Amino acid sequence: MSLLSVRDLTVTYQTQTGPVPAVRGVSFDIDRGEVLGMAGESGCGKSTVVNAIMRLLPPKAKVGGEVLLNGEDVLKMKPGRLRAVRWTEAAVIFQGAMHALNPVQRIGDQIAEAIVIHGQSSERQALVRVGALLEQVGLPPRRLNDYPHELSGGQKQRVMIAMALACSPSLVIADEPTTALDVMVQAQVLKLLNELQHELGLAILFITHDLSVLVEVCDQLAIMYAGKIVEEGSSVKVFGQPAHPYTSALAGAFPAIGDHRFRLAPSGLGGDPPQPEAIPSGCSFHPRCPLAFEECPVTEPQLYPAGDGRKAACLLIEHGASIGAQP
Amino acid sequence: MGTRKYLLGKILQALLTLVFVLFFNFFLFRVIPGDPAALLLRGSAAFNPQNLAQATQDLGLDKPLPTQFVVYVKDTLTLNFGQSFYLRGQPVSSVIGNKIWPTVLLVGTSTIASTIIGLIIGIYGGWKHGSTFDVTSLGFTLFAYAMPEFWFGIIILMMFAGGVGIFPSLFPTGGYETPAAGLTGFSHAVDVLNHMALPFFVLTVAYLGEYAIIMRNSLIDILGDDFIVTARAKGLREKEILWRHSVPNALLPTMTVTLLSLGFVFSGAITIEYVFSWPGLGWLTVQAIDNKDFPLLQGLFLLFSAAVIIANLVADVLYSYLDPRVRAA
Amino acid sequence: MRIPELQPKGDAPVLVDAGDVPPPIAPKSPRAITWARRKRSFLRVWAVYRSNKMGMWGLYILAFFIAVAVFAPLIASKEGLDPTCACTGTPFSPPSLHFPFGTDNFGRSVLTLTIWGSRISLVVGLVATLISIVIGSLIGIIAGYRGGWSETALMRLTDWFLVIPFLPLAIVLVSVLGRSLAVIIIVIGVTSWPSTARVVRAQVLSVKTRPYVERSRALGAGSWHLIGRHILPNVGPLIFANTIILIAIAILSESALAFLGLGDPLSISWGTVLEFAFGAGAAGAGQWWWLVPPGLAIVFVVLAFTMCGFALDEILNPKLRER
Repeated sequence: MSLLSVRDLTVTYQTQTGPVPAVRGVSFDIDRGEVLGMAGESGCGKSTVVNAIMRLLPPKAKVGGEVLLNGEDVLKMKPGRLRAVRWTEAAVIFQGAMHALNPVQRIGDQIAEAIVIHGQSSERQALVRVGALLEQVGLPPRRLNDYPHELSGGQKQRVMIAMALACSPSLVIADEPTTALDVMVQAQVLKLLNELQHELGLAILFITHDLSVLVEVCDQLAIMYAGKIVEEGSSVKVFGQPAHPYTSALAGAFPAIGDHRFRLAPSGLGGDPPQPEAIPSGCSFHPRCPLAFEECPVTEPQLYPAGDGRKAACLLIEHGASIGAQP
Repeated sequence: MGTRKYLLGKILQALLTLVFVLFFNFFLFRVIPGDPAALLLRGSAAFNPQNLAQATQDLGLDKPLPTQFVVYVKDTLTLNFGQSFYLRGQPVSSVIGNKIWPTVLLVGTSTIASTIIGLIIGIYGGWKHGSTFDVTSLGFTLFAYAMPEFWFGIIILMMFAGGVGIFPSLFPTGGYETPAAGLTGFSHAVDVLNHMALPFFVLTVAYLGEYAIIMRNSLIDILGDDFIVTARAKGLREKEILWRHSVPNALLPTMTVTLLSLGFVFSGAITIEYVFSWPGLGWLTVQAIDNKDFPLLQGLFLLFSAAVIIANLVADVLYSYLDPRVRAA
Repeated sequence: MRIPELQPKGDAPVLVDAGDVPPPIAPKSPRAITWARRKRSFLRVWAVYRSNKMGMWGLYILAFFIAVAVFAPLIASKEGLDPTCACTGTPFSPPSLHFPFGTDNFGRSVLTLTIWGSRISLVVGLVATLISIVIGSLIGIIAGYRGGWSETALMRLTDWFLVIPFLPLAIVLVSVLGRSLAVIIIVIGVTSWPSTARVVRAQVLSVKTRPYVERSRALGAGSWHLIGRHILPNVGPLIFANTIILIAIAILSESALAFLGLGDPLSISWGTVLEFAFGAGAAGAGQWWWLVPPGLAIVFVVLAFTMCGFALDEILNPKLRER
């Protein structure tokens, strides 16, 4: 049994102008100790997936499908059970550099709070544990008396990591943990996450729009576009030989890591990702796709096997074409 | 280190503002139409040229302006505000001093009450914002804000102390205590509270709207912040999120307003004291206006301004201790 | 009489003068282009405003009171204000068919007093606000645009005026200067400008550094051109929203001053009617018809201006709009 199994997840926001689909049928699994990366442009629905897994979406968002955490559907849990599961079984590393920390509370108290409310220890013992956690993420334990504004962006991100580890969850969801950090600090945080993952055998769902980050830490990769997964497979394969034109373009935007042919001729994608309220018919990527043909605006592609355990949602795959080779 | 510099700067600013008020007060009352010496003697049997010259000399009006200013500043610093015109001969400082307690009692208690009630309404409305309670309380708050407080006072006076309404003459029509009743101790306290009930109620209602609106809006702001999502993800109950994370953050702007309103503890009830004949500083102000008692008005204005300036300073200082972000800056 | 002051929250949106979509048919002169653009942005704001229930109700109430003030001579004869007029009834009579709001101590119709009172109350509110806005905007623009020591001096002055409690200051000024309509207007005007100055200065500071202003400066535009063409049109909407809320405060201030006996003894405003009524013991005698109409008139006008101000504030501060 997978640690986390998301089945046909849909999220629709109810707005004044009508329902707006943000996530349109997403399925994936994460096993214990596995790292799954999820990438896509901003607005593709990847952060909505995170919030749906933890049930953090506002009431006006309608969620469908199943989110099985250790076989138990998070979406059907009673409030008490949900609170008990949050942070003890699955915790989130939010963007610490932004406002994910309470500005008027000492960081030590904020980390300890998670430990205390889950009844894992008394307040006094919790602070001892907080000191140990801070040490684990490379901060001196005395910093637990600091307020968030006294820390740098990288330090705040370390605090967020320590907070996520506070109740020893088996799954950690990292939601853009390196965004808004300097490149050097990004590398340090990634290295720390990598070490902790190996040390503690964590399963991580790693969300980012920065592919170069994912290659370093992920076993499996899923690429999202307009609320759907368009390609999934082992990270080496997905990067080295993209099966979906969107992945090719995305990888091409990072010349240092992508296909070496794109490296010599880096190309961005024309156009913008579609607005959730106006998703194109058929394959939602077809207006921007350099390889689109007549069928694309008509038929919506499913995830088809694309060799080496990969799957890609492209009609060309179904027709047996190889995409990665074409510019 | 930074804190000390910040505080020194604030204190300096407050002192400068006080000096400005002193200047302003001095020159304003030098442009009064009419001769102050004549005004002082007006209507008394002692009104003759000889006494007038004597009064002019007593008031220092025969000296050049800069000398007058130096004398004025010296007098002010020694709390010598001159003599009241209409309470002939009484020093302004003691006239004012006698009226401070009723005002502080009335405005102080109603400020506390309106803060507490306003905060509760604001917290509940902001937390459940868009709910029936929120919409109703917002409408009520706006209405209370739009009412001239003296008019609200008159209506309440008419309904609960006048001869109409469901409870005619439930409360006394005005004053601080029942005159010549000779009450002492506990029964005196009850008597005073009975007189205070209506003005207290009116002031509390008039002020609470501001606190409610500020608390509500800053709470709604905070509830949209990322760290609220963090708290929810950690597994906190909604009530814990509200009281441990949202309210402490939203309280800061509201605290500032409360601290600032302490500056109006002397001058905040001028019209209401008049309506209910509450013998405080506001009532005294109206007496000074009606009797053209300029020295008294000058003293009151200085007191009112100084209170606000000092409250501003206190608010700045306390705020810098309450908000860790300012503390470091 | 304290109100949370209108502050620009973050960067207020540019309603005019920003790079906009080109018009479908290009007009000939640059001035025409500008006007076409301003017309469009005005229509855009108006479209948002119209969808705001609170703002529209505020406008309806205002329209009613302005109509009453403008057409006062047609609704009620001015002679009704004269205590010696033959049209007066029995003093202190409760509402009747002939006197819908009853009569005062001279037998004058309270309805007539309330209708004519709207003129003075509204005029004082509008003119005093105009004075306050002109002073506040001038100081705000000069301070924000010039910077340097003039900014320091002007903002220090603003802070001083901001700290001095309003009502006592107004009382002292009116007592010293004498009681007349002009004095009331000037006193309210010169005591209520500091919040405008602060808001305007903050907005000028943010507009000043926008690229198109710097470009214009680089092209050799003079101060007057920059202020007239770029700064004012951008600060304008904010000044306008501030004006609306200030009018409400000015009307409340006038009523308080009039009630304390500092109003113009020769003109009738809602505040002076309340002063007469209270002075004549209307509260103790239960003459509610004398007290309620002028008071409710103040409440509704102030409420209407406040509602319009809140609605405008929501439009100008997108952060609030989603609420």
